[in-house]
Amino acid sequence: MTPTLIVFWAFAVLAIGSALLCITRRNPVASALWLVVTLFALAALFVLLDAQFIAVLQVLVYAGAIMVLFLFVIMLLNVGRATRSDMKGPLGLGVGVLLAGLMMVQLLALRFGAPPPQLTLAPNAMARAAAEQGMVAAVARPLFTTYLVPFEITSILLLAGLVGAVVLAKRRL
Amino acid sequence: MLLAPALGVSAVLFTLGVAGVLLRRNAIVIFMCVELMLNAVNLTFVALAQQLGVGGQIFVFFVMAVAAAEAAVGLAILLAIYRHRQTLNLQNINLLKG
Amino acid sequence: MPALPLSMVWVVPALPLFGFVLNGTLALTRPGAKRAVSIVGVGTLMLAFAAAALAVIEFGAQHAAAPLVFHYWDWLPSAALQVPFALQLDQLSAVMILIVTGVGALIHVFSVGYMHDDPGYARYFAYLNLFVFFMLTLVLGASFPVMFVGWEGVGLCSYLLIGFWFNEKINTDAGKKAFIVNRIGDFGFLVAMFLIFWRVGSLDFATVFAKAPAVFPPAGALITAITLFLFLGCTGKSAQIPLYTWLPDAMQGPTPVSALIHAATMVTAGVYLVARCGVLFALSPIGSATVAGVGALTALFAATIALKQWDIKRVLAYSTVSQLGYMFVGVGTGAYAAGIFHLATHAFFKALLFLGSGSVIHAMHRAYHATHSHEDAQDMRNMGGLARSMPWTAPLMWIATLAIAGIPPFAGFFSKDEILGAAFAEAAVRPAWYAFWAMGIAAALLTAFYMTRLMLYTFHGPNRTGEREREHLHEAPWIMTGPLVALGVLTVIGGALNVPPLLGGGAYLEHWLEPVTAAAGQLSPLVEAPPATEWALVVGAVLVAGLGIAGAFRILRPESLLHARLAPPESGLGRILWKKWYADELYDAVIVRPVMWVSREILWKVVDVRIVDGLLVNGTAVFTRALGWIGSQLQTGEVGAYVVLFVTGVLAVLFSALR
Repeated sequence: MTPTLIVFWAFAVLAIGSALLCITRRNPVASALWLVVTLFALAALFVLLDAQFIAVLQVLVYAGAIMVLFLFVIMLLNVGRATRSDMKGPLGLGVGVLLAGLMMVQLLALRFGAPPPQLTLAPNAMARAAAEQGMVAAVARPLFTTYLVPFEITSILLLAGLVGAVVLAKRRL
Repeated sequence: MLLAPALGVSAVLFTLGVAGVLLRRNAIVIFMCVELMLNAVNLTFVALAQQLGVGGQIFVFFVMAVAAAEAAVGLAILLAIYRHRQTLNLQNINLLKG
Repeated sequence: MPALPLSMVWVVPALPLFGFVLNGTLALTRPGAKRAVSIVGVGTLMLAFAAAALAVIEFGAQHAAAPLVFHYWDWLPSAALQVPFALQLDQLSAVMILIVTGVGALIHVFSVGYMHDDPGYARYFAYLNLFVFFMLTLVLGASFPVMFVGWEGVGLCSYLLIGFWFNEKINTDAGKKAFIVNRIGDFGFLVAMFLIFWRVGSLDFATVFAKAPAVFPPAGALITAITLFLFLGCTGKSAQIPLYTWLPDAMQGPTPVSALIHAATMVTAGVYLVARCGVLFALSPIGSATVAGVGALTALFAATIALKQWDIKRVLAYSTVSQLGYMFVGVGTGAYAAGIFHLATHAFFKALLFLGSGSVIHAMHRAYHATHSHEDAQDMRNMGGLARSMPWTAPLMWIATLAIAGIPPFAGFFSKDEILGAAFAEAAVRPAWYAFWAMGIAAALLTAFYMTRLMLYTFHGPNRTGEREREHLHEAPWIMTGPLVALGVLTVIGGALNVPPLLGGGAYLEHWLEPVTAAAGQLSPLVEAPPATEWALVVGAVLVAGLGIAGAFRILRPESLLHARLAPPESGLGRILWKKWYADELYDAVIVRPVMWVSREILWKVVDVRIVDGLLVNGTAVFTRALGWIGSQLQTGEVGAYVVLFVTGVLAVLFSALR
């Protein structure tokens, strides 16, 4: 077992474990904080998968911005107390676990199914690109050339989200 | 060669997100579980991008942008709902009843 | 004169159709334009008669052995069923178009006088022209479907004209009765057509009759069924037992209509059909025996009813039914020429009788109208002694009476005698015909009696119309007596068409029709009686007729007859005959009431209300609403439930992707 693999599995177990805690905590604040842990662990996995730039974004945007927004809302609404459980009843629980289990089985079956032939074509393409161009440039160059139009549209989307959030959240315009 | 274990972890995380959506009633927690699912998918993209090129990472970039917008609008909606109903428990929000 | 091509024969039916369109337009736009209507209505018929006469002369000059079929356009081209709109001119249809247009033209002329004061004058002529068009289509059609168009069309016109004075319910009821009873007959016609098409694969007369002897085994079940179904159609259209009941009621229409449609032309369509399909009937002994038997029975049965009717037109109506029975005896025996001959002579003398009665009714009606009386203008008990005021009508009707009774040398004598002779000769081979012949003779006796009764009560003895009305009784104007005279001439000389060789004649009509009847004649040869027997039959028939007339003079006492209002009710056999053997009551109890009951109690209250409205209409709504309710139960409003369903769907998609 290589050191990379050891580190990978360590963060993988951390991610899965904190996700489990996230969906089981009664207190929404606890859930949010455990989700932040999951996101950090995922960022670490991204680094191991040669996606350093995305990892940084993960920490900045997700853990830093989005989750803070969540915590703000929780506190704003004052629902952050550990109230009685909002878990579903035994029937809902049974159905939920059953469906989730089925999904797990199917996704893992997908995972162990024969991969499409393309997946084996160019191993380590990302590591080579990063070595040639630098880690940020490897992502930035296609982003601003090939994917320029979607990138610009994303800005409109963000603007729309911004305006929408203000309209929805404000009491009176 | 981390592709196979990364895909497995992604599957497990996604399932946990689905389970959270299925099991919880608190709208904010459900929202967080949706984010968890998005991240599981991101992991898949990144794992595949390691083998196939930068396209997957670009996609993750867009997913994050959409997630940010979604979070902003979604949380604003939750805010508005809470203001009207004084609750975020989805059991009590059933205006869609046919 | 240059000979026009015979394919122009379409002009003959087209002229009355043109007249119908013109008069129909006038009826809708300017119903008061009586002069224009008269010119169009009568003119088109005159022209049609001229065209028909030209066509028949040209056709006779060609000496065609086979029918001339003129194919105009493809009417129903659908796979195996190819029905062109084609007209057929042969010796039989030539005779028919002459009768239809000739008698039709005379009756149109008569109508100008008879209907002159009627507000529906234009409508009347439009219907009458339409009728002539359909009748010509019927007799000229070269296939069963084209003939059926005419067959249905004349039924429609009959319905329209019976209920012409639709303000009174009794008239519309009579029209409906005629229409519905005819539908029963049409059912038979249709089934026969289907059977023929099923076996022969064609509905053209030429093809069917050429193939019939090969396709249908003689006396087989199928050909018997076809002929019986065809004959069912004939019983409806030609008022034979059991479907005769509509014809007496049809007298509710204007009298010229009774003369044209319900005596001279339309009702003879059944006889024409049997004659046309002679090949088929010759192949089926049971079928032809049924035709002759029903005809003989109807002849006798209707004659008995006619004995005790007081309405002058009803007597003539039952007389028509009876005479149609004779024609069916003729064609059922295989003596097609005799049947058609009687058809022709009957058209002359029965049209004359009806128009004469129309003239009488016209006079009576005017007399009662002048004094504002509401007596029945058609009841013979209100007439009497009219010969004094109607010097033209009375003798002409006597001529027709002698003709229908079978007194030589009038037309009816020859044709009736020929039918009875053929029936008697046939009896040597098939004994059942003795009974038919006997019934025919008995009916002849009764015919002579009731026709003399009609004449005595109407024209002789003291007048019972009323003191004040008597001076208003006048002969009809010349436009009405003119056609009577023409028909009277035809009634006198019509017999010359087909004087049998026995009496020194040339049997012209029989030879003329030979190309048409030859095929049937070969299959089922007509039996010839020895001349001595024939002479005996002729003398016997004349004696019977004379006996009937003399008996009527001896028994009946016009002097002692009471006015309709004062007359005591009939009793005994007379009451039964007056009530028409209770046939209408019987039909009412056996058919009409059960049908009404089934319609009301089952079809309406169960089938319509419960099944159609309840189950199908409301049931569909309830079912849809139930489905909607089930669907709405999925809409719990709970996002959790939606998520469960959504995830289930995702799982299904994944599962199908994994396979």
